[in-house]
Amino acid sequence: MDDIISLTFLATLVGAAWRLATPLIFASIGEVFSERAGVLNIGLEGTMLVGAFCGFAAASATGNIPLGLFAGVAGGMLFGLVFAFFTITIKADQIVVGAALNLLGMGLTAFLFRTYYVSTGKGIEIAQPVHIPWLRELPFLGEAFFRQNLIVYSTILVAILATLVLYRTSFGLTLRAVGEHPKAVDVAGRSVLGYRYAAVLVGTGLAGLGGAFLTLGHSNQFIEGITSGRGFIALAVVVFARWSPIGAFFVSLLFGLFYALQLMLQAQASIVVPYQVLQALPYIMTIITLVVFRGKGAAPSKLGQPYEMR
Amino acid sequence: MSTRPFLRLDNIRKRFGSIVASDGVSLEIEEGEVHSLLGENGAGKSVLMSMICGMARPDEGDIVYKGQLVSFASPRDAIRQRIGMVHQHFMLVPNLTVAENYILGQGSALSVISDVDTVHRKIRELSERYALNVRPDAIVEDLSVGEQQRVEILKVLFHGIDLLILDEPTAVLTPQETDRLLSLMGDLVKDGKTVVFISHKLDEVMRVSNRISVMRDGRVVNTVKSAETNARELARMMVGRDVRTELPRDPKPPGRVVLSVENLACRAETGLPAVRGLSFDVRAGEIVGIAGVSGNGQTELSLALSGLLSVDTGRVALNGQDITGLDPAAINARSFSHIPEDRHKHGIVLPLSLSENTILQRYDQKPFAKGGILNRRAIGEHTRDLIKRFGVKSRDENQAIGALSGGNQQKLVVARELARNPDFILVNQLTRGIDIGAMEFVMEEMLRQRDSGRAILLISTELEELFAICDRILVMFHGEILGELPPDRNRLDELGLLMAGNKETAGTCGVDKRSLGRL
Repeated sequence: MDDIISLTFLATLVGAAWRLATPLIFASIGEVFSERAGVLNIGLEGTMLVGAFCGFAAASATGNIPLGLFAGVAGGMLFGLVFAFFTITIKADQIVVGAALNLLGMGLTAFLFRTYYVSTGKGIEIAQPVHIPWLRELPFLGEAFFRQNLIVYSTILVAILATLVLYRTSFGLTLRAVGEHPKAVDVAGRSVLGYRYAAVLVGTGLAGLGGAFLTLGHSNQFIEGITSGRGFIALAVVVFARWSPIGAFFVSLLFGLFYALQLMLQAQASIVVPYQVLQALPYIMTIITLVVFRGKGAAPSKLGQPYEMR
Repeated sequence: MSTRPFLRLDNIRKRFGSIVASDGVSLEIEEGEVHSLLGENGAGKSVLMSMICGMARPDEGDIVYKGQLVSFASPRDAIRQRIGMVHQHFMLVPNLTVAENYILGQGSALSVISDVDTVHRKIRELSERYALNVRPDAIVEDLSVGEQQRVEILKVLFHGIDLLILDEPTAVLTPQETDRLLSLMGDLVKDGKTVVFISHKLDEVMRVSNRISVMRDGRVVNTVKSAETNARELARMMVGRDVRTELPRDPKPPGRVVLSVENLACRAETGLPAVRGLSFDVRAGEIVGIAGVSGNGQTELSLALSGLLSVDTGRVALNGQDITGLDPAAINARSFSHIPEDRHKHGIVLPLSLSENTILQRYDQKPFAKGGILNRRAIGEHTRDLIKRFGVKSRDENQAIGALSGGNQQKLVVARELARNPDFILVNQLTRGIDIGAMEFVMEEMLRQRDSGRAILLISTELEELFAICDRILVMFHGEILGELPPDRNRLDELGLLMAGNKETAGTCGVDKRSLGRL
């Protein structure tokens, strides 16, 4: 039991939490954009899978990780374009289209993977940790924060950038208005549909990036259903974070902590709880979060509603 | 000055599906005038103006503005031409600040928001110049409806306009705020602007306009100078026939207490207190009015009385029996009728037929049902009877109620509620969204009910409606009753002060109206 409370254990835990939170951070910040514009994209899971697969395919063909990440973003956005077309232009129900895209994402990636890759069994070289000189030597902090790969570090940049864009630019202001009172935006002469497309593309691009991280920065392989519900957890993160990008960053870290905790507890011989219970931890926390923080107050008031042109 | 009109509409036509909203409208607005567009709901005033401000395009006809033929693809185009409109439903994003709302859609989409100080300064300057009392950093949703309207007007001024269109602006204001607004229109005209004022309120239109155009059924029936007409004539043009302005009533004193409310308190959907310790009685043979600016707890009061909202503390008794906390069905069964504020939400089910809507509360009772099976014939007979007695215009009793006009829907709701022979009738917004003909009818019907000994509580934001039929008026502000007044139009000032929450000064009336605008 001593192991659990030791400083080394905690440092490893925090480091792993950040790593495991990374896909959630990307996907949930992306979803913040989408939902702030009034579009609820529950197709995140499928989008992340597409990103994970595209990233893996591109990296295994070229051996180039940045190119893989780019392919992940592109794949996510392409998927997002389909979602946007049906929900924004055709004005189909967002939940139905999102659910359909989740199924499509799962089926399509599994099919392509089995057809082209499963027999090869070949993995790829994943992004290596970048050890920051001096800082990595710091007790506790070094292990926890300064031995990650660049993708993990970039989550901080993304969170800050997202906040600046959302609150300090004309684009962000209009985007927030689109989710609250689209007609006011229309009257002010901006295209509501255009902004919703942009928001969905930002959202799915980031979700694709989150997916690509799973194959390029975490595991070195694509596995069917590799996202294992992270897309759905990201939706819960957004609610808990009250639709704020910085909030999404920290809430994702909290969920990352649950992932890391269950992994590390499984490795502890002294823990007698069945490992399935531990594995369920992030999902149980998701349900609890949604029950406790279902708070309607902060949600964009036109979330999920198509905009009818004047 | 040129003799050319500032704005000329030439034979404008606009259809929405099978509905003709503008049926060949021609109209001329002169520079520097306040021109009122008067007409009933659905006469086509708002649609006409939405074509001038770029919200819609005419199917046919020309708009000539400052001597040039114009065609606006969007409201932005209209604003570029210095035409601005304040809509009935505000175009303000509630969770943004005033300044953020003003810069929304301005500049390049990719620009970083800077220069906030300049924007704030410009807002403060304009606010002072027109005494609008708008703070640039206030969050819109924290403001009262009257304040939001001033924010909306200032927004249009901020963008710079020569022509200001105000769509039913006084519907949400207290009498004092209305006075302020009407005098603001005068100030704007002095500054060389032109104002189009859309309204259905005769007295306001008479007070403020230079010229008045009356619309009916998508056409302009006449344009007159306000100095050369009077309210009665305008009403006739608006409705197409004579309108009675005073309704006769029986001066009989009220009888026993039917509804008694003691110390009632309840919370709004948001969890905040909405009704704070109300006590009042309604007696047989009287109509008690509740006046107030909307959002002061009237909605919650009516929901709580009818059992749709749970009560925190207090007691409601009907005919001496405690009905607090009972469900709506049990309350209905105790001789309680409810004509709700939002008939689409609480009054009727739009896709269902008139027959089905008629028996919504009694579908399981004889003679409408027997052993769980509906008796279509009895239902049909009953509905046809109501349709005939209340003059509901419909194809037959099997038509979906959603296909009827607002006035006819309301008539059916009134018919249904009265057919249950209630002792007490709760009415919220009796005449909202209905035409003058139906309005007269339902108001007269309420007076008949009163004279036959029923107790009626009438919650309304339309002071005219309250003055016309109430025996006494209670004024509600922030969930409390601030005072009681007789339905005397001479005490309008006092009523307005109470509606604005000003209890102290209300007693000493006749104060300078100018100083009240900031309320």
